Amino acid sequence: MPDRRLLCLAGAALLCIVAFMTIGLRGNIGFVLALRAIKLAALLQVSVSIAVSTVIFQTVTNNRILTPSIMGLDALYLFGQILLVFLLGGLGYAALDAQLKFGGEIIVLMALATGLLLPMLRRRTDMGLMLLAGIIFGILFRSLNSLLARLIDPNDFAVVQGASFANFNDVRTDLLAFAAILTIAGIVIAWRARHVLDVMALGADTATGLGISWSRNVTGLLLLVSALVAVSTALVGPVAFFGLLVVALAERLVDTRSHAALMPAAMLTAVIILVGGQTLFQHGLGSSSTLGVVIEFVGGFAFLVLLVFGSRK
Amino acid sequence: MIRIEDVSLRHGQTQILHDIWLTIPKGGITALVGPNGAGKSSLLSLIARLQPLQAGRISVDSFPVDTTPSRDLARILAILRQDSIVTSRLRVRELVGFGRFPHGRGRLTPDDYAIIDQSLQQFDLTDLSDRFIETLSGGQRQRALVAMAFAQGTDYLLLDEPLNNLDMFFARELMRSLRRIADENGKTIVIVLHDINQASAHADRIVAMKSGRIVADGTPSDLLTPKTLQAVFGFQMRVETFDDMPVVLHFR
Amino acid sequence: MSIAATKQASKTGWVAGLTLAVLFVFSLCVGVDDMPIIRLFSDGRALELLLVSRLPRTLAAILTGAGLAIAGLIMQTLARNRYVEPSTAGTAQSAELGILLVTLLLPSASLLFKSLAASAAALLGTSLFLMTAHRLPPTQPFLVPLFGLVYGGVIGAAVTFVAWQADLLQYLSVWTNGDFSGVLRGRYELLWLGALMVVVAWMVADRLTIMALGRDASIGLGLDHARMLQLGLIIVSVISALSVVVVGMIPFVGLVVPNIVSRLMGDNMRGTLPTVAVSGAILVLGCDILGRLIRYPYEIPVGTVMGCVGGLIFLWLLFRRPSHV
Repeated sequence: MPDRRLLCLAGAALLCIVAFMTIGLRGNIGFVLALRAIKLAALLQVSVSIAVSTVIFQTVTNNRILTPSIMGLDALYLFGQILLVFLLGGLGYAALDAQLKFGGEIIVLMALATGLLLPMLRRRTDMGLMLLAGIIFGILFRSLNSLLARLIDPNDFAVVQGASFANFNDVRTDLLAFAAILTIAGIVIAWRARHVLDVMALGADTATGLGISWSRNVTGLLLLVSALVAVSTALVGPVAFFGLLVVALAERLVDTRSHAALMPAAMLTAVIILVGGQTLFQHGLGSSSTLGVVIEFVGGFAFLVLLVFGSRK
Repeated sequence: MIRIEDVSLRHGQTQILHDIWLTIPKGGITALVGPNGAGKSSLLSLIARLQPLQAGRISVDSFPVDTTPSRDLARILAILRQDSIVTSRLRVRELVGFGRFPHGRGRLTPDDYAIIDQSLQQFDLTDLSDRFIETLSGGQRQRALVAMAFAQGTDYLLLDEPLNNLDMFFARELMRSLRRIADENGKTIVIVLHDINQASAHADRIVAMKSGRIVADGTPSDLLTPKTLQAVFGFQMRVETFDDMPVVLHFR
Repeated sequence: MSIAATKQASKTGWVAGLTLAVLFVFSLCVGVDDMPIIRLFSDGRALELLLVSRLPRTLAAILTGAGLAIAGLIMQTLARNRYVEPSTAGTAQSAELGILLVTLLLPSASLLFKSLAASAAALLGTSLFLMTAHRLPPTQPFLVPLFGLVYGGVIGAAVTFVAWQADLLQYLSVWTNGDFSGVLRGRYELLWLGALMVVVAWMVADRLTIMALGRDASIGLGLDHARMLQLGLIIVSVISALSVVVVGMIPFVGLVVPNIVSRLMGDNMRGTLPTVAVSGAILVLGCDILGRLIRYPYEIPVGTVMGCVGGLIFLWLLFRRPSHV
């Protein structure tokens, strides 16, 4: 009964949103509400884009323990960012229009991601090898980031610094409108592709046999995934295991891999965890900045459990 | 002599072996046969102290396997496990050389080198001796592992399905080599076999197991009868005798 | 080993030794303060600089490199997997957690005591990793390093969390990112303990080679498998902990060096272990020199340089590996 479960999830998500907006309202209510609405919009976008990109990525790579950020995509995004600073100089970079910059970064990420991942997917590289390579890419790019960061002027460095940790408290609101367009477009495309995704989940050979143009679809979906990763990384910074946690939970909740149910479930789960968690940490525990670390910790554990028990079947 | 007394083994809820009593005298080839899951490999690994003994006693040449120092046992008993995977990049000669480890703890004497050469020759590996294991075919790799066990120079040799990955030619060669070292060097060989006709052709004695129990025990001509085979494997098969050797026709 | 193979091996050894010697001299000469070797005997200050800073720094790089390469080699033997090393399997992160806790609870503890605590934590973390790694299916060799990376990541997250709460984040980067620029006389000598561990490893080289054949094969050859496992764990933990405490973690050394040496010379550790140690020293010293030169006179930490150099080498190793292996 995925429908009823979806409704329950939607209800819970709504509850979290209402709680986030209303708990502890004080002072200038109109102002606070507006502030919170902006933040909520950002959190919703992050949740949705991480959930959708992870589901698609897992389907395309035919693996339940992969997520875009485990494959180093968010480190790649930061790399692209620093690369731009390196090439344009800090002043040139800062002088650029924020949205233009964001657009440029997304294009850089899409190009880099497809350039790196597509050859591996085309050759149908062994999944474990790909996974390992992705993680090494992640470490490599983080190292390259800090290397480039030291090569550029210290003043330039300040422009890109502070982006190595996910911080759900301090979101880049200036990019919201532009990111929202991307996110909504992404959802629409993903939703329309849900049946194709169901077939692709059967594997490259079967899907091709059923008349799916495999590499064209993979290319398109990878581009979509990198755009969504760029949105979430740009808004809050890199989150490694959040997507994994969300999709693993959602899959258990709706008990299906059918994308028509899984994608909405994953989105709603992400909203519940992120918005609910943020509310809880902000008002209950009083230290909202640690939500990112906690999510990473729990998500990492989920990953280990999946790896140890999932592979023993 | 290998003496197995009242040995049982269980993994969690599953009883793998039930009260096994078995004596394997010195010399000759004893084949363990039986359907999958009969407990043959478990019995072999218990004799070779690869698993702790849960109940019962096992001794080799009157040395109890659970209390004798591992290193001393390694000089009287060698084991080759089924599907041993060598991931190290070692040359064939180096791998076979490690069979001498229990004797000199790594320092090789001229005698050791002579034994290594002899093992290589015995299993037709002399030409391959400088190749890395990973470059060998499955059959060659298997022979290298048997040669390593042989180089250990022990009186007892336990082999768990060594014919896996071998084609007809090398399966025959390996069984003939084992027959030869049993006859000429007086080795005691206990071997788990899936091919019942290999057991018939080369073994002195066949021990048949089923569901963790020994169900039949005797020379090939005693044991390989339609009635016994049905009891062990659960289906009717014909047995014909050619040149005094029973041949089991189990294909149709 | 055949004569040809022996010749090849000893040639590799010579080349490695010579390279290290050249780098050693070069490293003594390179630094912010220009110091030509000729002035050494006429200028007392130059000699002082050499003895207090340059020589300890160079030695620290050599000791760390050799130690980490050997730790990686042993780790790979214990896990029977070529793609693990201390910094990617939770050893280094556990050591960091240990030293962080000691720093919090006993701020006045000596460096030796901190090293001990770090070693103990590393031992615990690595044992847990190996216990779990052995449960993973051996048919999928990439699961083990993957597990290790995330396992290390989870412990690392715990370290970050604790450090954040205790306001020790600056300290943390000292341990997580290897850097030799702070090495002076009197502050690196603990690393010689790591050298001792390398010697121990060399003494049991044959047993380690047998360990790599697997548990059944090693018991069959009369090896006390459990005890060797413990010894290996201790060597790995002590070396990693010392590196973390004295210079900070350097990634990839333990991964790429043993893999390359194995390609060239095979896995008979009696023969390859010295080459692994020397090559590890070359790689780390080389990266340190590179870090001093790239943006002279500023320095780039060796951990960062190694993350780039080692990461590239590792990817190359992964993808050029022939498919039949």
